[in-house]
Amino acid sequence: MKTTDLVIIGGGPAGMSAAVAAYESGVKDILILERDSSLGGILQQCIHNGFGLHKFSEELTGPEYAARYEARVKELKIPYKLNTMVLEINQNKEVTAINSEEGIFTIQAKAIILAMGCRERPKGALNISGTRPSGIFTAGTAQKFVNMMGYMPGKSVVILGSGDIGLIMARRMTLEGAKVKAVCELMPYSGGLERNIEQCLRDFDIPLKLSCTVAEIHGKDRLEGVTIANVDKNRCIIPETKEYIECDTLLLSCGLIPENELTKACGINIDRITNGADVDQNRETSVEGIFACGNVLHVHDLVDNVSEEAETAGKGAAEYILNRKNKSASIRVKTDGKVRYCVPQRITDIGDTTLFFRVSDIYKDVKIIVKDGEKEIFSRKKQKVAPGEMESIMLKGDILTEVDSGEITVGLEKLQ
Amino acid sequence: MTKELTCIICPKGCRIKVEYEGNNIISVTGNSCKRGYAYACDEAIDPKRTVTSTMRTVSGKLLPVKTDKPIQKKLIFECMKAINTSKADDDTKIGDIILSGVLGTDVNIVATGPVR
Ligand SMILES: Cc1cc2nc3c(=O)[nH]c(=O)nc-3n(C[C@H](O)[C@H](O)[C@H](O)COP(=O)(O)OP(=O)(O)OC[C@H]3O[C@@H](n4cnc5c(N)ncnc54)[C@H](O)[C@@H]3O)c2cc1C
Repeated sequence: MKTTDLVIIGGGPAGMSAAVAAYESGVKDILILERDSSLGGILQQCIHNGFGLHKFSEELTGPEYAARYEARVKELKIPYKLNTMVLEINQNKEVTAINSEEGIFTIQAKAIILAMGCRERPKGALNISGTRPSGIFTAGTAQKFVNMMGYMPGKSVVILGSGDIGLIMARRMTLEGAKVKAVCELMPYSGGLERNIEQCLRDFDIPLKLSCTVAEIHGKDRLEGVTIANVDKNRCIIPETKEYIECDTLLLSCGLIPENELTKACGINIDRITNGADVDQNRETSVEGIFACGNVLHVHDLVDNVSEEAETAGKGAAEYILNRKNKSASIRVKTDGKVRYCVPQRITDIGDTTLFFRVSDIYKDVKIIVKDGEKEIFSRKKQKVAPGEMESIMLKGDILTEVDSGEITVGLEKLQ
Repeated sequence: MTKELTCIICPKGCRIKVEYEGNNIISVTGNSCKRGYAYACDEAIDPKRTVTSTMRTVSGKLLPVKTDKPIQKKLIFECMKAINTSKADDDTKIGDIILSGVLGTDVNIVATGPVR
């Protein structure tokens, strides 16, 4: 069997950043496996700007951001195989993949980094009553049609879900001449970034309808219209508010789910909330030597955070391959519910550790607190937190040394 | 006059208040960086946006493009028209200028990725 020190699954921003970081940490025998025909992952279709402000202090488009990492991968001559789909990994770190030149082959790795990204939740369409005509797409599929294939999915559009991809597509379709009639959001707030609401909706006078959903789909072969309606606080439709909107296209932007089929089949522990692996500060999963980063671990809004997390995983994998240290600690990171999840979920080595988390609702004038049992070990004031924006805090190593319950809880408290 | 706006320079989305009279800025509050200050001034007096889109190549393939700096907001649709009525060479590379000084401005249309 062919052997490779580090196999990276997925050649998006996470896979490429992880490869570069591992290389720079001293592991030279690396192989990236990517099922698509080019590196770059989902960024290739995200042609809008707003990427890389943190990493490069510049506002890049998706393809430009990807190109910087691709150039680095090529400069370092890190090998990669395109059009190659990984079928299976196991706890012995054997990676089985397939492509049209080599057929099915297996590689024995010393460490593996999972960087398979995420896919769109098709959920929105499943529980809407009415017919099933053509003209209903996920926002990401529409993005691929418009930006990579040059096809417009339709001329008059309603978008369900106000996540960033939906907002970006509202503007994109408008620029290409379509009429976007409304963006409906089930929740009382948008899940997208404030800047996208401003420059994608308000700039073009596209109405954002909050606490609103698509109640019915109409049309036989092609979509002819949708009935939208407001929802009450239990998210049930209020019949009196029903309104018919004529449209030929419905885009669904109902969130992303990490793509973890390989992870689950390998028996790696999954966090029920993130739908990604349960990891430590190096992004090492419950199976020694298998790491995860990027959208496969938890959904990120900013690719800059993806790259940073991937660097952590790349360095962690290099350390695992070159000089495995013994784990010096075992601290569980829990959340209080207002904080919905936190990555990493475990701390196994004491040092300065950054925790990334999302809250479950919009909260104003709060304090982010970390507790060891009843003892408060960290707190920071925050004017506003929202589910759409990932938060992070850094816990100093000397604070973590003091933790004696083996467990810390990240939570929110209202400021008096 | 005062204008309240959401900064779109970075994902932080600061709420900024600009006080201005005609073309003169009187005060800017709520921003957390210099770029936010500049954005707010522009936004009150002459809003600008970066336009990103795709352009066809001579052989009919697709090339991602952008304005190399923000263009006046009122010119967005004319800018789109300029992009959609032009064709890029098939050997265009990332960073190449395809249309210079679009619509008589100092803004260029540049390639942001490879031809696909
Ligand atoms: C449709 C869509 C649109 C998005 N739009 C935006 C946006 O506009 N702005 C923004 O900031 N973020 C956007 N995101 C989020 C974006 O995904 C992240 O910012 C970032 O690209 C994630 O990087 P990644 O490397 O983790 O995943 P990806 O970029 O998804 O890369 C994962 C790679 O793994 C490959 N892969 C998966 N499974 C296998 C396998 N079994 N074998 C081999 N290869 C495999 C995939 O082909 C892919 O290339 C979007 C996400 C989606 C799904």
